[in-house]
Amino acid sequence: MSAPLIIFFVLAALAVIGAISLILQKHPIHSALSLIVVMVALAGLYLLMGAEFVAAVQIIVYGGAIMVLFVFVIMLLNAGEEERTDFSKLAKFGGLPLALALTGLLAATMTKHGASIPNPETAGALAPTRDLSNLLFTTFVYPFELTSFLILIAIMGALVLAQRERG
Amino acid sequence: MVPTQYYLILSAILFGLGVVAFVFRRNIITIFMSIELMLNAVNLSFVAFSQSMPADHLHKLDGQLFVLFVIVVAAAEAAVGLGIIILTARNRQSLNVERVDLLKL
Amino acid sequence: MTALISHLNSALSGAAGYWLLAFIKIAALLIIVMTVNAYLTWFERKVVAHMQSRIGPHRVGPHGLLQPAADGLKFLFKEDAMPAGVDKFVYLFAPFLALTLSLASLAVIPFGPKPLPFPFFGGHQIYLWIANPDIGLLILFAVTALGVYGVALAGWASNSKYPLLGGLRSSAQMVSYELALTMSVVGVVLMANTFSLTQIIEAQSGRTAWGILPAWNVISFRGGFPQIVGFLCFFIAAIAETNRVPFDLPEAESELVAGFHTEYSSFKFAMFFIAEYTSMITVSALCTILFFGGWNSPFPDSWTIAHYLPAIILLPFGLWIIYDGLKYETIWGRLVLPVIGAGVAIIGALLLAGAWIAPLHQANEFIQAPFWLLAKIFFFLFFYVWTRGTLPRFRYDQLMNIGWKLLLPVSIVNVIITAAVVLLRTKP
Repeated sequence: MSAPLIIFFVLAALAVIGAISLILQKHPIHSALSLIVVMVALAGLYLLMGAEFVAAVQIIVYGGAIMVLFVFVIMLLNAGEEERTDFSKLAKFGGLPLALALTGLLAATMTKHGASIPNPETAGALAPTRDLSNLLFTTFVYPFELTSFLILIAIMGALVLAQRERG
Repeated sequence: MVPTQYYLILSAILFGLGVVAFVFRRNIITIFMSIELMLNAVNLSFVAFSQSMPADHLHKLDGQLFVLFVIVVAAAEAAVGLGIIILTARNRQSLNVERVDLLKL
Repeated sequence: MTALISHLNSALSGAAGYWLLAFIKIAALLIIVMTVNAYLTWFERKVVAHMQSRIGPHRVGPHGLLQPAADGLKFLFKEDAMPAGVDKFVYLFAPFLALTLSLASLAVIPFGPKPLPFPFFGGHQIYLWIANPDIGLLILFAVTALGVYGVALAGWASNSKYPLLGGLRSSAQMVSYELALTMSVVGVVLMANTFSLTQIIEAQSGRTAWGILPAWNVISFRGGFPQIVGFLCFFIAAIAETNRVPFDLPEAESELVAGFHTEYSSFKFAMFFIAEYTSMITVSALCTILFFGGWNSPFPDSWTIAHYLPAIILLPFGLWIIYDGLKYETIWGRLVLPVIGAGVAIIGALLLAGAWIAPLHQANEFIQAPFWLLAKIFFFLFFYVWTRGTLPRFRYDQLMNIGWKLLLPVSIVNVIITAAVVLLRTKP
């Protein structure tokens, strides 16, 4: 039971508990907080795998901007606790088993064929940011420019959606 | 040292939990958050595959770069999606996804 | 005794010793930072008072030096009222989150380049930082980004409209100025070519401008472009980020009652308070590390007389405290102040005696780097307090205008110019 394995299990348990809490909490703000816990746990896992830049970006962008947006919207809309509606019988007795079957299928595939995926020789070797940025601006410059366009379009879309009614 | 397989199984579990949350919750915002959870699970697989490659592999860092793109796309989608949610909530006075069932608001 | 020491040396030589050293360093840093926070509040009250032609706290202990202790006791003994209808978990969690994140950002700040001359048990070197990761700057920004939640959740959980509005305004302000904060640092990262804080400081060592000026990022052309604009943007954005005057509309007393911490009393309010002052200290430390050379002295290394500057400051300061204490009005002051002054003067004299006695010389050399870092941090804290005593506060729409329409474009232009200069200067 080496130290990285223990850290992995702690962070994985934290992520799964956060995800289950997302499903089970009644108030959307508690679900948002659980999702933030999941994201921080995943950032820890990225650090464990040696992807330090991705971990930092995950916390700064996902945890510090996107989730703040979610929390703002929940506060602004004054979202209350969810009403109890009756699930359709199909959803209750068909949906949950099917979702569990999907998870089980994915997990079973990973388990069966996962041993053929190579493990890294140096565990947790840090990926230098310099190499990432070289790759981003040479090989991946076209997707990079496209995503900047995408963000611009999203900004314009959010502005249009949020403007007041005229007249 | 953690086998890559463990990360992939964790990613599958998180994705499944995201699907369950998507199907069973009634609040629009919670459904949106479950989409973010699914995207995060996929990010974890990307990084897991990226670290499983040998250090001198030509495409070793591609996985981490794709995670950056996924995060950017998720941010753009969250911005526009939340704008739509605010408008829908204002027009329907409810955040229950079962109430948004008419084609004409 | 020596058997005990050798037994400890062998037991703590591996990971156990490393973690024990880390915990001891964390405990020491927390104690020091809490004390500095407490006396920072005293310092602020005294300085603002003197700027307003009054005296400030001077009753509790000589020169009001026990005022922070009195405030702390007050916070502990006040009634801890929890309003009705609050969301208990979030209400209790928000100040804890704010405090934890503020204190966590201190873990990556380096206080000196060299380890202590004596190693810890088991041969571990005691460096003057808790962690020195390669992406130290990004970790600081990550912690700052998460700090928005403390404010937003506190405002929301209080189940009352003024805290909610104050919390929303305050967190919108923090999110807006985070962009300008991050962009204004990109110039420094371009010049130093790394995110690691120790390497950024090392890139600013030495002299520039034909040996006249120190090679600090704010004034040097070495490797890039002087980051004056970057420094101004960073400092203004940092004042807004820490919710201080002139950007403190969301928590000002004459505005939305007290903003997001209206419904918090006693120790939970104290946690927000400590979080705010700790983030002030972190931001001042970042300013000195990124723009003002960190622990590099402004004088050239060849001027050995500059090495005795700590002693030259401390010795007369200690003697002045003794003189002032001897004619203080209360008996308690006449006893305590000369003792404090004598302590300060003795430390100054010991450092000065390093010119002749060898082990004290080594101590004096070791103290140079942390002294300059702390002196610069102190200057920035004074600047913070100075703006508090001087400037009126901005209206909220003016505040958001400055953040989005002034600071962000200016910091982006700074990045473009610095990138162009760095690109033109690196030979392909």
